[in-house]
Amino acid sequence: MIEKNGVPSMNQVKAEFPTQETLAKPKAIIECYKRIPCNPCETSCPFDAITVGEDINERPRIDFEKCTGCGICVYNCPGLAITVTQIKGDQAHLKIPYEFTPLPEKGESVNVMSRSGEVITQGTVTKVQAGKKQNKTALIHLSIPKEFLYDAITIEVSYGS
Amino acid sequence: MQNKEAIVIGGGPAGLTAALELLKAGASVCLIDRNERLGGQLTKQTHMFFGSEKQYASHRGIDILEILTNSLGKYGNKLEILTETTVVGMYRDKVLSCVSGDKFFKLQGEKIIFATGASEKALPFENNDLPGVYAAGAVQTLMNEYGIKPGEKVLMVGSGNIGLIVSYQLMQAGVEVVALVEAADRIGGYLVHASKIKRLGVDILTNTSVKRAIGKDSVEAAEIWELDEQWQGIEGSERTLEVDTICVAVGLAPLTELLQQMGVNVKYVNELGGNVPILDEQYQTSVEGVYACGDLANIEEASSAMVEGRIVGINAARSLGRSVENADFRIKALRHELKDLRGGPPGDKVRKGLKKLGVAT
Amino acid sequence: MRIKEHPILELAEKPPIPFYFNGKLLYGIEGDTIASALHANGIKKLSESIHLKRPRGFYCAIGNCASCNMVVDGEPNVRTCITPLKEGMRVENQQGKGRIHAK
Ligand SMILES: Cc1cc2nc3c(=O)[nH]c(=O)nc-3n(C[C@H](O)[C@H](O)[C@H](O)COP(=O)(O)OP(=O)(O)OC[C@H]3O[C@@H](n4cnc5c(N)ncnc54)[C@H](O)[C@@H]3O)c2cc1C
Ligand code: SF4
Ligand code: SF4
Ligand code: FES
Repeated sequence: MIEKNGVPSMNQVKAEFPTQETLAKPKAIIECYKRIPCNPCETSCPFDAITVGEDINERPRIDFEKCTGCGICVYNCPGLAITVTQIKGDQAHLKIPYEFTPLPEKGESVNVMSRSGEVITQGTVTKVQAGKKQNKTALIHLSIPKEFLYDAITIEVSYGS
Repeated sequence: MQNKEAIVIGGGPAGLTAALELLKAGASVCLIDRNERLGGQLTKQTHMFFGSEKQYASHRGIDILEILTNSLGKYGNKLEILTETTVVGMYRDKVLSCVSGDKFFKLQGEKIIFATGASEKALPFENNDLPGVYAAGAVQTLMNEYGIKPGEKVLMVGSGNIGLIVSYQLMQAGVEVVALVEAADRIGGYLVHASKIKRLGVDILTNTSVKRAIGKDSVEAAEIWELDEQWQGIEGSERTLEVDTICVAVGLAPLTELLQQMGVNVKYVNELGGNVPILDEQYQTSVEGVYACGDLANIEEASSAMVEGRIVGINAARSLGRSVENADFRIKALRHELKDLRGGPPGDKVRKGLKKLGVAT
Repeated sequence: MRIKEHPILELAEKPPIPFYFNGKLLYGIEGDTIASALHANGIKKLSESIHLKRPRGFYCAIGNCASCNMVVDGEPNVRTCITPLKEGMRVENQQGKGRIHAK
């Protein structure tokens, strides 16, 4: 249970996803399950796709029609609670926020983690955006087998620098 | 003894914004902090902040500090900054005694603003005085200010935002967080923070606490155990974790001793972190011309500390006879910001605490 | 135990500062406090408790708790967590209340 161990239930996760048809285009998946005073997701989206509203304690809502999957909200969210997902054939393409060193490189094979912190599969890094705009929250583009669409959330961090 | 128009004690987010508003209104300000650098807690906060644009949300704490200190830079000799200076005493006529190195001196201020923040609470358990048992803020200072790892394997105690975010920052520094234990039956801080560390493999254990630290000259292991509903340890549930550091993040207590010394009325309000000064509408204490804001007034967030600092700055400037543009409108807007920040479930505790204190929210 | 790489902080190389700990030559770097320099050298025990002689390290690292008191250049009760490290400093573990022992 998320209140006890930080892991949302599969029902909670799936409720934040659009249909698989909609995911033919990249869309932001927002996993901000509890009301907190926060709204940079809303103010950072250039396409007005996210609404928190007048009371900044409301949970963000997304309009998938407006979302272009650009990923800007992903690195502006202080909760690192947003990812962008797209389905391409038998692969799912993810854009995730990443704040660890060293950054993975394009083409690198990485361990993909679930919300409960287990390695579930391998993925390939397809692009790394880590410029001034990202301001140290890199945007990692990943390609993973589509069957892990609802399970994959981040990549493993290696210790011992 | 030197006389000052306004003295701000504490250069954290609350003190910095209070100073800024006073300067904006044309007042001269003497800003005192015992540290080498201004910024208070902000100096070690490498993560992005929550809130809204008005409180620089989505900026990292260290970047917010830069924004605030850059704005201070505009006021030239109207602003006097005394760092590495500790205020050690205060007397009725608003006279402060200060220590800087081996120098001892007194200052008097027409208005005095206290923004001294809070200190970390300790947790009683066997061997909690062993080297390697550190307060979370200390771990953060060591890592993010001095670039030093506190150890290689850490047990975090406490699941408030501080415990959660310091766990994340430990991982960013290349330190393994073996587990995070929480005595309550649920996570105390924001769930987005909790999910952030859980998905990287940190075990979050609720209804669990640390029983004792093990080690001769420093921590070599930690024994944890499960707690029952009355927060009593359950015999037989003990587990030993191999760690070299136990990081304690069980809350903060306002640093009100100085205020009490000069006879400011305080009240014990558990929800606000302990003894807090009783404030009027203006954020003025029971002593005329002495104000308080930030974590000193109620343990909260940097976002609300900055808003309170601004309100205090404007109020103090006005009572100094300085004219503040659109003062009423701005105070109203700032109060609205506070209301927004405290409006949701995470603000329940503070709202309840402020009510006990008789403050309208 | 210095952090070599950090995703957010820029950790510039800083010039070393030599100092003595219990007579032994060690190095900190510019910007260190006494306690941070010792910790970077793997030294966690800074003092001993007054009665039971239990080992003590730092606790708060911001000058609040006195758990990091040491004898520095012969002067006892120095809060090493907020005292900047200087070249040639002689730092010693403090025993008890910190009597200055004859040299
Ligand atoms: C790990 C951690 C994470 C946090 N994360 C967030 C977050 O994401 N978002 C958020 O909004 N808030 C966050 N906070 C909370 C926030 O940092 C505090 O609420 C805020 O810093 C309080 O500001 P302040 O100005 O009241 O006190 P402080 O920042 O504590 O500043 C007080 C200053 O007063 C000085 N001082 C104290 N006593 C004296 C004296 N006698 N003489 C001279 N100087 C003195 C101190 O040296 C210090 O510089 C976090 C806090 C911690 C510890
Ligand atoms: S991915 Fe881009 S378009 Fe979609 S919600 Fe985020 S910022 Fe807006
Ligand atoms: S920015 Fe992130 S943490 Fe803040 S409300 Fe939006 S999704 Fe939640
Ligand atoms: S560790 Fe607390 S005063 Fe130095």
